[in-house]
Amino acid sequence: MKTSVKLRLVGLAATAMVLSAGTVLSADLVISNWAGYMAPDIADTFKAATGLTIEVVNHATNEEIMGKLMAGQGKGYDVVFVSSPFAHILNGQGLLEPLGVEKVPNLKNLYPQATKLAFDPGNTYAVPYAWGTTGLCYRSDLVEGTPDSWSYLLNPPEALKGKITMLSTDRWLMAAGLLYKGYSVNEKDPAKIEEAKTALIEAKKSLLAYDDTTFYSKLVSGEASLVQAWDGWCNYGIAENDKIKFVVPKEGSDLWIDTMVVMKNSEHKEAALKFLDYILEPKNHAWAASNIFYEVPNKPAMESLDPELIKKYPTMGVSPETLVKYEELQDLGEAQRDYSRAVSEIKAAN
Amino acid sequence: MADAWRMKLTGRTILVLVFGFLYLPIAVLVLLSFNDSGLPTTWSGFSLRWYVSLAGNSDILHAAWNTLVVAIFATLIATVLGTMLAIGMETRKRKSTALEALAFAPMVIPDIVLAVALLTLFSRLNVTMGLSTIVVSHVIFDLAFVCSVVRARLKNFDFSIVEASRDLGASSLTTFWRITFPVLLPAIIAGALLAFTLSVDEFIIAFFTSGAGRSSITLPMQIYSMIRFGVTPEINALATIVMGVSAAALLVSQWLNKEQMTR
Amino acid sequence: MSSQTARSNLMALPAVAWLGLFMVVPCLIILAYAFLTRGLYGGIEYTLTAENFQRVVDPLYAKIFLTSVRIAGLATLLAILIAYPAAYAICLAPKRTQPLLLFFAVLPFWSNYLIRTYAWIVLLNREGLINNLLRWFGYEGEPLALLYSEGAVITGLVYNYLPFVILAIYSSLSRLNGELIEASRDLGAGRVRTFFRVTLPLTMPGVAAGGVFVFVLSIGNFVTPALLGGGRFQMIGNLVYDQFLTANDWPFGAALGMVLIAVMIGLLLLQARASSRFSGETQGAANG
Repeated sequence: MKTSVKLRLVGLAATAMVLSAGTVLSADLVISNWAGYMAPDIADTFKAATGLTIEVVNHATNEEIMGKLMAGQGKGYDVVFVSSPFAHILNGQGLLEPLGVEKVPNLKNLYPQATKLAFDPGNTYAVPYAWGTTGLCYRSDLVEGTPDSWSYLLNPPEALKGKITMLSTDRWLMAAGLLYKGYSVNEKDPAKIEEAKTALIEAKKSLLAYDDTTFYSKLVSGEASLVQAWDGWCNYGIAENDKIKFVVPKEGSDLWIDTMVVMKNSEHKEAALKFLDYILEPKNHAWAASNIFYEVPNKPAMESLDPELIKKYPTMGVSPETLVKYEELQDLGEAQRDYSRAVSEIKAAN
Repeated sequence: MADAWRMKLTGRTILVLVFGFLYLPIAVLVLLSFNDSGLPTTWSGFSLRWYVSLAGNSDILHAAWNTLVVAIFATLIATVLGTMLAIGMETRKRKSTALEALAFAPMVIPDIVLAVALLTLFSRLNVTMGLSTIVVSHVIFDLAFVCSVVRARLKNFDFSIVEASRDLGASSLTTFWRITFPVLLPAIIAGALLAFTLSVDEFIIAFFTSGAGRSSITLPMQIYSMIRFGVTPEINALATIVMGVSAAALLVSQWLNKEQMTR
Repeated sequence: MSSQTARSNLMALPAVAWLGLFMVVPCLIILAYAFLTRGLYGGIEYTLTAENFQRVVDPLYAKIFLTSVRIAGLATLLAILIAYPAAYAICLAPKRTQPLLLFFAVLPFWSNYLIRTYAWIVLLNREGLINNLLRWFGYEGEPLALLYSEGAVITGLVYNYLPFVILAIYSSLSRLNGELIEASRDLGAGRVRTFFRVTLPLTMPGVAAGGVFVFVLSIGNFVTPALLGGGRFQMIGNLVYDQFLTANDWPFGAALGMVLIAVMIGLLLLQARASSRFSGETQGAANG
């Protein structure tokens, strides 16, 4: 009796496997994104609008999807969401399809600033989906005054010691040190990288943790009082506790841009371009702003937002003029090596 | 007599302590599945909403099914190959260092190296990737773990019984099923459990070898991709159900077996 | 070739073929990358170089390696110390309940690694369950900083890999026949002496296998150091990961990965020799 149950299970699984193998490539478009970064009913509404079917798959991080696209030459993927430095690299490797306003007419909805971004002026290979900055997210009831300088993170007052977290992804970790020292977030001079590294190693002593996934939750629980955070993520904390606030330090910060790109190896480029155009329609693009509290670089979409939302989440009201004053993260080329080694050294320091 | 009693008592105490340790975080995990808040580490009141939303979340359920399919197939293949490899290695007259290194390699190779290597190979050969390629990849490390457990049991195994049996005219196959297999069975079961558990939780290699489609997403891939916008307690709800159902199924089958035996 | 060797080789063949085809062949590609150059945008440039291996020789990486060996080693030791009595206790249970106990030891690990780790955070953090419980019992000092320490990382590793060690030790303990131990006891050897002279040597292969599992899985782990260790610790496996994905430096990642594989295999071979000598020698002493 036992064996027959087992046999049946195996048979079932085998059938499932054969069936699922048969459904590969049934959709018109395969889109990879972070889970939860698009409207959950996007497939239905897109189909209703264009008649095209899409298959949304997910990736956990920029790094992982880029590794996969590089090792597999992007085969099978049509549209991918990645942050700007990663789009830049993918384009440099010749993996991306050229875009531009003649192919994606709704690019006209973007703020002019979003069409002149340094990593891709004229949106020749990437369409900005959301943008924002990095700063300090803090509990106004646990921190005295406004922590408006990176020194709160790297050289904190006694009361904050052991209650601070920093981002652990290499570029943002280094950015905190570089900005604190008054340098560019794309600094390539080894001596200056070294200085930032030394400051970050020193700062490790007063740190609770490096965290780039659950820091807002640490603020809510009161485990941490001040965290280095992306503006959009800080808003998740604010949603749970209105004592949480966000500030961009006076020394400046970075401008991050999440983009949509089309793979050169895509076999459905027409449909892919249609999808980009569809997202850029104000009504659709506004979804990200009103549901996950990220600013989108789409003028009519931002103008359609509920003023109450901007009141609750002040980062949603930051103008594009202000945003583009922050420095875009750029691909570092050869200097990437120095950054990686510096980060390894910081993580290995006791 | 008192000695045996003391032995039994100590055994019980150890079991209670160890199982307490194993299930302490599980109790928290289950509790969090009833957490009203969506934050993974903050409690804000009792709610069944995550069970309700899980029931409507076909993405997660589909991913869970894929994970089960991958783990079952990878475990079956790896258990057979790993056990055979172990027997092959332990019955050799002269130990082969090369063979031993080969059997250790899948355990020590960094996941990312294997992941990139496999995707590069599959992609150059134009292999259609999906659940089957994940299975192929998982078998690699699964079989090494099975082999290792089975080898440990074969050490000190008296192979002269096997030879005696053969000398008495029993075929190799009969000898295997009658003599070697029963001795190995606990190790084979242990190895299979190990392989299954490893496969269920594996993320990087599955992500790289899954191809691009929706159809081959596994649960760890689904869960890790939720990190950015929050891993919802739906996952806790799913884990609670998986563990609950597995435990219930096993207990029922045990009970049925007992019924059958007493009859 | 004797017929026995032929039979042994035949048994090993399917697994060897599988590993050869799906592990060795693709890894040769990676090995080739290790001798090439990183392109301007990451990727591979076909210029031969030995530079990547020269970069591996760096006190920083040796330090990270030694730190991870220490953390993984401690986790291994603790896991064995907990798993051995547990496996022993399972063997003492009635034959019919033994599989049941094994199953329930593994069951927690069919949930998901990430949410199990979150559960540990809920238990250990400064505002967490354990600290609240202490306060409830009247503790009034500063909350204990249990998280983001080496101790938390080791706890997480021991927890997640404990069942693997229990399984490995159980499978070699359960074939021990009671008569041997009885005989030793009858011959006047004490309980402790019997354990160290007979039981332990005979179960050494299981202990070694289980220990290897914890060690290799810990060395490559990155979720536990990141979440329970607060990213303050880095395991060596993570370093390879970073080179491939964060730094986008495949040639260096490949070189680092290959050196790591070679060193680890070397360590495991040494370990295998040592443990088989131990169980062999003591066994000889027990027999003689």
